[in-house]
Amino acid sequence: METRFDKLSVRELADGIKKQKYKCEEVVRFFAKRCEESVKFNAIIEVFDDIFEKARLIDEKISRGEKLGKLAGVPVAIKDNILCKGKKMSCASKFMKDFVSPYSATIVKKLESEDAVIFARTNMDEFAMGGSTENTIYGPCKNAFDEKRVAGGSSGGSAVAVALGLCPVAIGTDTGGSIRQPSSFNGVVGIKPTYGTVSRYGIVAFASSTDQAGPITKTVEDNEFVLSILAGKDEHDMTTIDNDFSKAMVKKKYTVGLCKELVEKIKVLKEYPQFEKAVEKMKQEGFDYVEVSVPHILNSLACYYILTPAEAASNLARFDGVKYTSRSESARTLEDVYVKSRSEGFGKEVQRRIMLGNFVLSSGYFDAYYKKAKSLQQLLKKEFAKAFEKCDCILTPTTPGEAFEIGGKIKDPLAMYLEDLFTVPASIAGIPALSVPYAKGEHGLPLGLQFMGKERSEKVLYDIAKKFGGESYGI
Amino acid sequence: MEFDVVIGLEIHAELKTKTKVFCSCKNEFGAKPNANTCPVCTGMPGALPIINKHAVELCIKAGLCFGCTISEYAVMERKNYFYPDLAKAYQISQMVHPICVGGGIKLRSGKFMRLNRIHLEEDAGKLTHISRAVGTLVDYNRGGTPLIEIVTEPDFSTAEEVDEFLKRVRESLVYSGIADCKMEEGGMRCDVNLSLKPKGSKALGTRTEMKNLNSFKSVSRAIEYEIKRQKEILEDGGTIIQETRKWDDAKGKNLSMRTKEQAQDYRYFPDPDILPIAISKSDVAKIKATMPTLPQERRDRYVKVFGLPEYDAAILTSSKYVSDYFEKCTRIFDSPKKISNWIMVDLLKLVKEQEDFVFPIAEEDLCEIIKMVEERVINKTVGLQLMDAVIKSGKKPSALAKEMNLIATISEEQILSLLQKLKAENAKVSEDYKKQPQKVVGFIVGYVMKNTAGKANAELVKSLIEKVF
Repeated sequence: METRFDKLSVRELADGIKKQKYKCEEVVRFFAKRCEESVKFNAIIEVFDDIFEKARLIDEKISRGEKLGKLAGVPVAIKDNILCKGKKMSCASKFMKDFVSPYSATIVKKLESEDAVIFARTNMDEFAMGGSTENTIYGPCKNAFDEKRVAGGSSGGSAVAVALGLCPVAIGTDTGGSIRQPSSFNGVVGIKPTYGTVSRYGIVAFASSTDQAGPITKTVEDNEFVLSILAGKDEHDMTTIDNDFSKAMVKKKYTVGLCKELVEKIKVLKEYPQFEKAVEKMKQEGFDYVEVSVPHILNSLACYYILTPAEAASNLARFDGVKYTSRSESARTLEDVYVKSRSEGFGKEVQRRIMLGNFVLSSGYFDAYYKKAKSLQQLLKKEFAKAFEKCDCILTPTTPGEAFEIGGKIKDPLAMYLEDLFTVPASIAGIPALSVPYAKGEHGLPLGLQFMGKERSEKVLYDIAKKFGGESYGI
Repeated sequence: MEFDVVIGLEIHAELKTKTKVFCSCKNEFGAKPNANTCPVCTGMPGALPIINKHAVELCIKAGLCFGCTISEYAVMERKNYFYPDLAKAYQISQMVHPICVGGGIKLRSGKFMRLNRIHLEEDAGKLTHISRAVGTLVDYNRGGTPLIEIVTEPDFSTAEEVDEFLKRVRESLVYSGIADCKMEEGGMRCDVNLSLKPKGSKALGTRTEMKNLNSFKSVSRAIEYEIKRQKEILEDGGTIIQETRKWDDAKGKNLSMRTKEQAQDYRYFPDPDILPIAISKSDVAKIKATMPTLPQERRDRYVKVFGLPEYDAAILTSSKYVSDYFEKCTRIFDSPKKISNWIMVDLLKLVKEQEDFVFPIAEEDLCEIIKMVEERVINKTVGLQLMDAVIKSGKKPSALAKEMNLIATISEEQILSLLQKLKAENAKVSEDYKKQPQKVVGFIVGYVMKNTAGKANAELVKSLIEKVF
């Protein structure tokens, strides 16, 4: 019987390849076959055509006795907004569907230098804008547990791919919850690291000041292992920090904070009983509880929907029909090239955010919106820092509920934006937040628990999640 | 009706850094199209800027040239607009927190022209319109090269003031190694904001902005033209439209480019990819220590301390190289006026019409020759011959002078016998010498020189006169 490589941890998988228990080529074939069998989920846009060649090279190196990296032969899928030299990258947008990356992202280089096989690119909401992976030219990505329901987003393809065992690790990006929410919807583990932990160089920018990439994995251990490889200061990204989180101190006993202002919102959720049960379980396991206050936390969402569209409007201006995007065939003048190409190239949600962003930046409105949101961001950072003087993490559900039905919220942007209620605060404050599966909702779909911590406290969050245990999901 | 003219300037200068301002591509003029480009300066998706420290230092240096206050906290911002030469569709510039604030330049008239600010920004690429069929080509070599923008207050009222100011700005930037300011290569560009108001009125009139001024001469011409144009409109009872006008140097007039209504809203906001720049007092002190003395200060010293005419001072400071050369000579041989003459009359003509020249003779050698002439070891004509020989052979003047037999080879005995002869033949000389020696020394030396074809050592002659008379 063939080995179920998807049941192994990332470390086990790499060790097996290094110790020649099996060949990298077998591993790659296994996952490529699973991708083929799961095409209907729309999680994977493309399995790269050089994976077997890469696998053979790794096998040859091993047979020559060369020392290999920590991810020797491990297939890693990347979200379709991460550049890998020579490979297509489209941000799931019509506008960029033929773009071939001229260089590799820093994280791709890091993965490659540990001998990972860059395996496939995953479906997403166009330019990472959305919470369902329905805003995509490749068709909606389907939830790993229910094909009628959404994958979540924007890193929906990455979360579903890991949940279905199409690859052991997938990289996602998270601007306001885009790793955590789909991880929650698909019963996998996802982290949004401290801002600056992972280099953004070579990742298509959505909102520069909150964008962070992170791993999506089946287990907390795998997640920690892969993040330790992705993390690090990068000479190509001025906003990176030295976050050597694996060296941080862990404790025997932790204090968990419940945020007063959010509790009201949590209590009215359908899945409140599950959350309450998780809290009880943690109490029994010896966690201390304390109520903390982040007075302006409920303003995060408003702040987020001012700051991120503003940055996005500017970041996406380079997609202009002049250089690497498609160009409108009916463009006759320079203005046509811009207006028609962008109107035809960008999807509705992207256009909505560009309009919103340009509005809040425009003269006469800048102070009232952007500047105010920026000061609110500073205030939130301070309020969080104060709350973390009393606790090691703040606990929330990752999402307000289970994965919703495909088509359910796509026509109601405001309802879609509310999906981000619990994930956005950590993005605005630049603090790490980890989502782990912990229960099932009324339709039997996975629910995620979110642990937010102070800056550079990833190790503590991972440790708390390990102690908590949670549910494990296998498909 | 009489008007006051109000002019303000925006001057761009390309900084002399090795690499571009946000990536490690070369900052050079004249490379093959798009040879000096990378994902960052072509605005590829996912590429991020890294600020060039040297560019920040040069901007600070520019601020120090003009007495600006250097900000402790500066922020790069994005200026958003679409144009094909702007790869990212935003220019990284500065708005609210520029690196340098205030400062100014005192003109010869004593009038102080205030600066508003100096900030750092990136240049755009270059478009070449080929034809309707081929279209327009973009070259991003210049995209992302560092610029400083010097913004003045509206303190100018004539083209002459602007001209003097621009020349002062240029020489200071060139002296300090901040920029080459080659206007014909676009290394220095100037936009002029100009308005008129009734004489004595406090309220400012509507201004126009003029672009495409590629030489000092066109700046002056454009100002004269625009003053006349606005004056005619106002005198006819018309109103000035706030607009940008493009100068056409060939036609000698300007044309409307866009009006205020067509002006863009640049939606400035702090660039989230670039951390704010913290500039400490010690950073500024370190940069200050590398600053050369600026030309105006040098000119003042040449006139006041060395007693040179303003004209000489101006020519000697026309380049930092000449000025440094001159100053080194004055340290070797303390005779500034003589050195100045040699440089202005004899050396500069050797390098006429050359750019980035180096004088073909070392300061020590030139001074040695000047000294020989001043001490009358040789005369000026022989001195020039000697200089020519030093330049050709590269040998030391003293050695060469001997080799060429240029130095006085008249022996003490020969001089003595000449003096004896004079004393015997001309009794009046002896008498005069006894009464007022200084009155006849010149005559006696001249006599000896005349009889030795100028080859006698004048100092030696003088000492021998004492003995004989």
